[in-house]
Amino acid sequence: MKRILTAGAVSFLSTVAATAEVLPEDIVFGEYGEVEVSLSGVAGDPVSGEALMVARGKGNCLACHQVTALEQHPFHGEVGPSLDGVADRWSEAELRGIVVNAKMTYEGTVMPAFYKVSGFYRPGDAYTGKAAVMPLSPLLTAQEIEDIVAYLLTLSD
Amino acid sequence: MYMKTLIKSGVAVIALLAAGPVAADEDADLIINDEIEITVRAEAPAHVDGLRTIYSGWVFRADETQALQMDDFENPAMLFADEAREKWTRVEGSAEKSCADCHGEPESLADARGTYPKWNDQAQEVRTLAMQVNGCRTEQMGAEAWKYDSAELLNMEALLSSVARGNPVNVAIDGPVAATFELGKEIYYSRFGQLDLSCANCHEENYGNNIRADHLSQGQINGFPTYRLKNARLNGAQTRFRGCIRDTRAETYAVGSEEFIALELYVASRGNGLSVEGPSVRN
Repeated sequence: MKRILTAGAVSFLSTVAATAEVLPEDIVFGEYGEVEVSLSGVAGDPVSGEALMVARGKGNCLACHQVTALEQHPFHGEVGPSLDGVADRWSEAELRGIVVNAKMTYEGTVMPAFYKVSGFYRPGDAYTGKAAVMPLSPLLTAQEIEDIVAYLLTLSD
Repeated sequence: MYMKTLIKSGVAVIALLAAGPVAADEDADLIINDEIEITVRAEAPAHVDGLRTIYSGWVFRADETQALQMDDFENPAMLFADEAREKWTRVEGSAEKSCADCHGEPESLADARGTYPKWNDQAQEVRTLAMQVNGCRTEQMGAEAWKYDSAELLNMEALLSSVARGNPVNVAIDGPVAATFELGKEIYYSRFGQLDLSCANCHEENYGNNIRADHLSQGQINGFPTYRLKNARLNGAQTRFRGCIRDTRAETYAVGSEEFIALELYVASRGNGLSVEGPSVRN
């Protein structure tokens, strides 16, 4: 991936990716909150997904979830369930739906929606405490969501 | 300062990594100076549906942090209370009065802290303790108001809390403050910002759990103003509210706003039955 991105063909490739991207307001949820279609149209990269899971300014999934495979990173949260074995319990579409907007799967869950740009109360400009500058960006990009889903699919018992 | 130095050194980081989050002794009891018994756990007040037992934030802190509050010579916050005690007798304003001229010793106001925020009949408004201190300054002393959550005001609140330690938090929620209480409750349960989190999501549904390395408390404010090891100074409750709401990626309210006065009254009332504990020491 990295080599491709640094090559001259990059502008052409990203144009293709952009047209294939599903925007947050165009997401189609299934009856149980699942999202069947890839958000980016590009296969997720589990190595990038792992880094996004850990990074405090990105997914920061470890803030709330324990993951045994990520034990080398300190301080796993206890607010959400452990993610060990999630690939055995959920399909790709279900995992994507939960990361995009978990409230479509679990009504009232504490978990933030990572691919949603409207319907918030007093949204802010990141962590400044000031009012948001519209339009909002989702917490993660389409490809970042796909990368995280690809990583979660490696977590089987 | 000690903590700061430790955290900055690489040795400490390695030690922290190895040990994981520092465990708290949630069953510990707090007696300050071997003398002042503090109620750190109590039956939840009837108006709090989501909790059975209320706990002071002190029980969620690590042993070393807990210990700092058990002796006034160890508690860095007491230095700030002492600064206010020095100003207690200082004459200020056009009326040429000091706090002492009306109130004698600070200890005479031991019953104040635990009942604020409360209704002020004369002003026809809900007042936090900070607002009441400023009310004294502008209405009785002819002096200028201190800025909300400024060092001078927090020092005075620390003094008024220190003399009230051990007395119960007993904030009225009905009568003329009923509407303020309801507004505060509405804010407490509203999900804010792009992370879509309410106060209750963390401090009612998840107290005792870790968010990354943070051990969530019930967010009780009986220990405010609080000296945080993180910033090595006194912190006001409303500034803390502001920080929490900011961290949900939301547009916050201003310190001293109607909304935060209401939230302070509501959150304080959730601690009815705990002891006044400020100035406390927290992370």
